[in-house]
Amino acid sequence: MDPFEDTLRRLRETFQVGHTRSAEFRAAQLRGLGRFLQDNKQLLHDALAQDLHKSAFESELSEVAISQGEVNLALRNLRAWMKDEHVPKSLATQLDSAFIRKEPFGLVLIIAPWNYPLNLTLVPLVGALAAGNCVVLKPSEISKSIEKILAEELPRYLDQSCFAVVLGGPQETGQLLEHRFDYIFFTGSPRVGKIVMTAAAKHLTPVTLELGGKNPCYVDDNCDPQIVANRVAWFRYFNAGQTCVAPDYLLCSPEMQERLLPALQSTITRFYGDDPQSSPNLGRIINQKHFQRLRALLGCGRVAIGGQSDEHDRYIAPTVLVDVQEAEPVMQEEIFGPILPIMNVRGVDEAIEFINRREKPLALFAFSNSSQVVKRILAQTSSGGFCGNDGFMHITLASLPFGGVGASGIGRYHGKFSFDTFSHHRACLLRSPGMEKLNAIRYPPHSPRHLRKLVVAMEARDCSCTLL
Amino acid sequence: MKDEPGSTNLFTKLDSAFVRKEPFGLVLIIAPWNYPVNLNLVPLVGALAAGNCVVLKPSEISRGTEKVLAEVLPQYLDQRCFAVVLGGPEEMGQLLEHKFDYIFFTGSPRVGKIVMTAAAKHLTPVTLELGGKNPCYVDDDCDPQIVANRVAWFRYFNAGQTCVAPDYLLCSPEMQERLLPALQSTITRFYGDDPQSSPNLGRIINQKHFQRLRALLGCGRVAIGGQSDEHDRYIAPTVLVDVQEAEPVMQEEIFGPILPIMNVRGMDEAIEFINRREKPLALYAFSNSSQVVNQMLERTSSGSFGGNDGFMYMTLLSLPFGGVGHSGMGRYRGKFTFDTFSHHRACLLCPAGLENLNDIRYPPYSDRVQQLTRWALGSQSCTLL
Repeated sequence: MDPFEDTLRRLRETFQVGHTRSAEFRAAQLRGLGRFLQDNKQLLHDALAQDLHKSAFESELSEVAISQGEVNLALRNLRAWMKDEHVPKSLATQLDSAFIRKEPFGLVLIIAPWNYPLNLTLVPLVGALAAGNCVVLKPSEISKSIEKILAEELPRYLDQSCFAVVLGGPQETGQLLEHRFDYIFFTGSPRVGKIVMTAAAKHLTPVTLELGGKNPCYVDDNCDPQIVANRVAWFRYFNAGQTCVAPDYLLCSPEMQERLLPALQSTITRFYGDDPQSSPNLGRIINQKHFQRLRALLGCGRVAIGGQSDEHDRYIAPTVLVDVQEAEPVMQEEIFGPILPIMNVRGVDEAIEFINRREKPLALFAFSNSSQVVKRILAQTSSGGFCGNDGFMHITLASLPFGGVGASGIGRYHGKFSFDTFSHHRACLLRSPGMEKLNAIRYPPHSPRHLRKLVVAMEARDCSCTLL
Repeated sequence: MKDEPGSTNLFTKLDSAFVRKEPFGLVLIIAPWNYPVNLNLVPLVGALAAGNCVVLKPSEISRGTEKVLAEVLPQYLDQRCFAVVLGGPEEMGQLLEHKFDYIFFTGSPRVGKIVMTAAAKHLTPVTLELGGKNPCYVDDDCDPQIVANRVAWFRYFNAGQTCVAPDYLLCSPEMQERLLPALQSTITRFYGDDPQSSPNLGRIINQKHFQRLRALLGCGRVAIGGQSDEHDRYIAPTVLVDVQEAEPVMQEEIFGPILPIMNVRGMDEAIEFINRREKPLALYAFSNSSQVVNQMLERTSSGSFGGNDGFMYMTLLSLPFGGVGHSGMGRYRGKFTFDTFSHHRACLLCPAGLENLNDIRYPPYSDRVQQLTRWALGSQSCTLL
């Protein structure tokens, strides 16, 4: 018995009758999403605190405000984004109407993870709804409190003939993926990303995969260690390190490491006090499985800062590891926790060589007082996104696309990029039903003279404002 | 290649935000046999312009072109970053087991699935330029001779072996009566009384496809043409009528100089017919009424759309070329090709100092700080600040 069959059929039928096409309908859905966030803010904060011990600050900044911002941006720009884009024409098509029309794909599946369970569900949803699709949302079953709110509260704010939340674990997700969707948007691990893409291939369904990796953070000798420590620590320990774009490991010289360690300790104390476990501003690990995984990583290298853990609380102290070997687990898998290993390199070249030997990460960071060093690292590596002298600030800018490359992902979103991701860009050329004489030169029997004229007429013209 | 600047919010005002285009690395281009120069070289242009190394796998079926691409083309390129590989389905399967950083495939939906499945093992992004049956709706409000000219030219170009050719006509029985003599007249004008001797009509690529097409001539009833010659792999410009939806000619992509006509009783029935089927690569609508053309555009979906003409839009490099649903994913031509073969990397360069500005984001937190942060995040776009 397939639990999803009826839901999917219902949503498809709604799409086919054109229910979701108008700007008014889409705007109403987006406003509904906005009201969901406003009406349930406290509920959402409580749920995030329950699932991940997120502080009100983190919940507001990285979950609610980001989602609200995307809703507002989409509402402000919806009609502009939906507009046909007229394109420059050739001589042969001067009298025609040539444009790109944005169309919804149809039935979209969004699969979200547990680490930013509101953000990573709602931000893609904004794009999918703005683009006029019907949406099936599959939130993570691991972030249980948010899952409950998304399943029980969110549908009340949206038109349920074109929106549904489905629940379940890996087995149910596998069943769901056997169905045909018109677009699949997945955020999660590369391992599951492959499963999703393979399932999508059976139906020729396009996908966006927001995956992960180990995000390198190079720290040059020419740096203020305290400033670097502040910035790296904030981005590393935010959400107890459970962030796909967090700096995963540091690359620096042994000399820099000596200067960084006391600076990092100072930062951690400033941020979380002498007893981080009692700070309201430090998150917790999502579940036992990940807690045990992370606790095992504490055995790699040598603990220079932190290293404490508490199973009952799923608490891991803000930790820095040194003397780490590349073959150790902490340098093999994405850490996704409040542990920062430091690998020593003897300068920029060795750092670049180290980075390029490995899979392309989702994010890459370089700290240096010298903009030349920063630019060099940028120029000689590849990654989803890059930030010089800071952490993942770049993802707060809706004007920049957010996505991976290589093993860290396919496709991108945020802001207008979300709308474009969930739209088919249809090339359109509307010609006159008359004026047939102009077409005579293309018909057989052919002549070299006609061919010459045709080639000239088809030549691209860079600016449509030049007179014929 | 230029970095594209992005707009900043209050948090990032003093920073440099831009999108940098980077090559993916090693790109595989798999090309078909019907436009063997175009469909090899046009993707190649984009892959090279974007800075990638390229492996080209031309079709083994268009042997003459395959030879030239394998023997002559590499002489014109730097062979450290460009290679042509040859072979059939088995060799291609082997090739696809390797990891590429991008795969660009033009061909059938069936093989498209195989390519995407292979790509999924390495999380390799793909562009798939596939095919389908491209519907061509002809309204009653039309000049049949003009429609006949335009449809015939695009249908019989390259002996119909074009992924964006009108595959079948949808019109009323009345329109069909007016179209048939017009189509005959056009075909005679284009190819003479004996099309087989016209220098302007192509031939079918190989025996396998010739036999396939010859079998399709048995569907419905031949209204125009219908002749074939096995030795020449010649199929006459043909129009079929009285065709049933279940017949092979209405089930598979024709890819030959055969045009079946299905009758519908108006635009609504045409739209309903079209929407019951897979989204095609191209869709055409002919009508003197721009309202009818716009309705057809509004209420259907396809890779691209042509109103009152065939695939003329292919000549405009400012329009993206690609499919949707079973007709494909991704797009190219012109700048779209460059963008297809580039990773768009979001970059933010922040000052190494000015640390005081960052204080508001660090714990321990206060309520006032939260308000400020929310406001700062929201203040994007070109408004002052």
